[in-house]
Amino acid sequence: MISVLLLLAIGLLWPARSVSAAAEGKITGTVKLDGAAPHMKGIDMSKDPFCVKQHENSPAHLENVVVGAGGGLQNVVLYISQGLSAAEASQAPAKEPVFDQKNCMYTPHVLAMGVNQKFKVMTSDQTTHNIHPLPNPLAGNIPWNKSQPPGAPPIESSWKAEEVAIPVKCNIHPWMHGYFVVVKGPYATTDEKGAYTIENVPPGNYTVTAWQEEYGTQTAKVTVAAGKPGTADFTFKAK
Amino acid sequence: MRRMMLNGSLVLTALVTIALCSLSWGQATKAEEDQRLGMESHIGKLTGHATSAQGNYRRYCVGCHGELGDGEGENAQWLEPKPRNFTLGIFKCRSTTTGTLPLDSDLFDTIGRGLDSSNMPSWNPLSAQERADLVAYVKHFSARFVTEKPGTPIEIPKKPELTAERLKAGQEVFQRVECWKCHGPTGMGNGPSAATLTDDQNRPIAPYNFHDGKRFKCGTTDEDLYRIFMTGLDGTPMPSWSDNIKPDEAWDLVFYLRSLQPMKSKEKELARQIGLKSGAAAAAAPAAQQ
Repeated sequence: MISVLLLLAIGLLWPARSVSAAAEGKITGTVKLDGAAPHMKGIDMSKDPFCVKQHENSPAHLENVVVGAGGGLQNVVLYISQGLSAAEASQAPAKEPVFDQKNCMYTPHVLAMGVNQKFKVMTSDQTTHNIHPLPNPLAGNIPWNKSQPPGAPPIESSWKAEEVAIPVKCNIHPWMHGYFVVVKGPYATTDEKGAYTIENVPPGNYTVTAWQEEYGTQTAKVTVAAGKPGTADFTFKAK
Repeated sequence: MRRMMLNGSLVLTALVTIALCSLSWGQATKAEEDQRLGMESHIGKLTGHATSAQGNYRRYCVGCHGELGDGEGENAQWLEPKPRNFTLGIFKCRSTTTGTLPLDSDLFDTIGRGLDSSNMPSWNPLSAQERADLVAYVKHFSARFVTEKPGTPIEIPKKPELTAERLKAGQEVFQRVECWKCHGPTGMGNGPSAATLTDDQNRPIAPYNFHDGKRFKCGTTDEDLYRIFMTGLDGTPMPSWSDNIKPDEAWDLVFYLRSLQPMKSKEKELARQIGLKSGAAAAAAPAAQQ
């Protein structure tokens, strides 16, 4: 009897949930670093005179931990790890993710994208790069390695499985190291203040996961109501 | 006392459950692999069967590539480069595009040829049928060969006539796409990025030196050389160039690379006649960039 009632209740709730999915909500927040920002080593680019020239006036540093004013942590990817329906999880944000090789660095250093979402790898540099993502083939994504000399057209590709995160490197310029973060559903990446907004989240209860390459992941429970964005702030402890 | 027994039985139940779960997990993967033992290979008129290769694999391959095909055989610790891990389905020598599975014939050729500058010998002493069977057995280690089709083989147009213009054009390609970054201004494998190269397992790996006369890893013909740089060698720093070198230019580059090798060749002779300084101009390229 109870199970019948339960089924009925679920049956009644289901369409309501689908309808409300049209009313878009969002999840916002800030990611901060607690403690002193670790020293990021300068990069010796002397192997390639072109790269050296690009950084004559702005020395390049590693970007494993980028901390802005007030301790805001940049390049943290936020995504919904629980609570999305299958249909919602298959919807990536409309904006095409673009990975640029600029001044012998990756811009952005961390690129978030959806499963099966098309992304673009381009080069702004007058030096040859090779773009070499190294996913785990046993998890469903297959590594590849393509060259991109100056003026070469962008490479378009996509990943068919969720993977947090895929290291990307350039073998020619060994300091070039970044990540593709492949997730299901809406996502966001923190800006230089550590702020983020995950758009297009239907009302509901969710678990949001924050991923940072050095500090790993943290999760938080968030409720999004119609017209009322959910908030989730995260703090990673400096090592 | 009663309570302790209850606790004890709970723990026991939990333990048994865990044991059963891990047992069934192990069986599932073994079952999956056994299922894949039905794997076939098709090379020309030959059909290879994984089941027929079990004996030969145990006898000839298991020492390096391991019982599970993961490249962790008992000899692996002494070898450099390391034996291939077949479970990943990633292979250097392919006629297919980067990030795709090789053709059966690619694996067949590798087994027959062996891999120069490694511990992988030529297995041509085995019959063609035995090698075809081994191809099927190698494939059975990776689920990718069940779920994915091999990539599209790149097209190799007929080799054009060697001319002085083509030889010079080949040198220009070498400079333009910056092969010298790794392979060195004169092709000696001593480019500015050579020392820091690592393979996908993060082990140091050296770029090919065109001057030492060793065979290429993936075949010795001009077509093999064309294929090597166009498809790239997956699992290594060598990327695919097929998006950025046109077929015609690729042949020019083949001619130029041949002229760098120490062996007697038409290309080397022509380069001498026209006074093409191997890499003199290329050596100036890094300087010109400054």
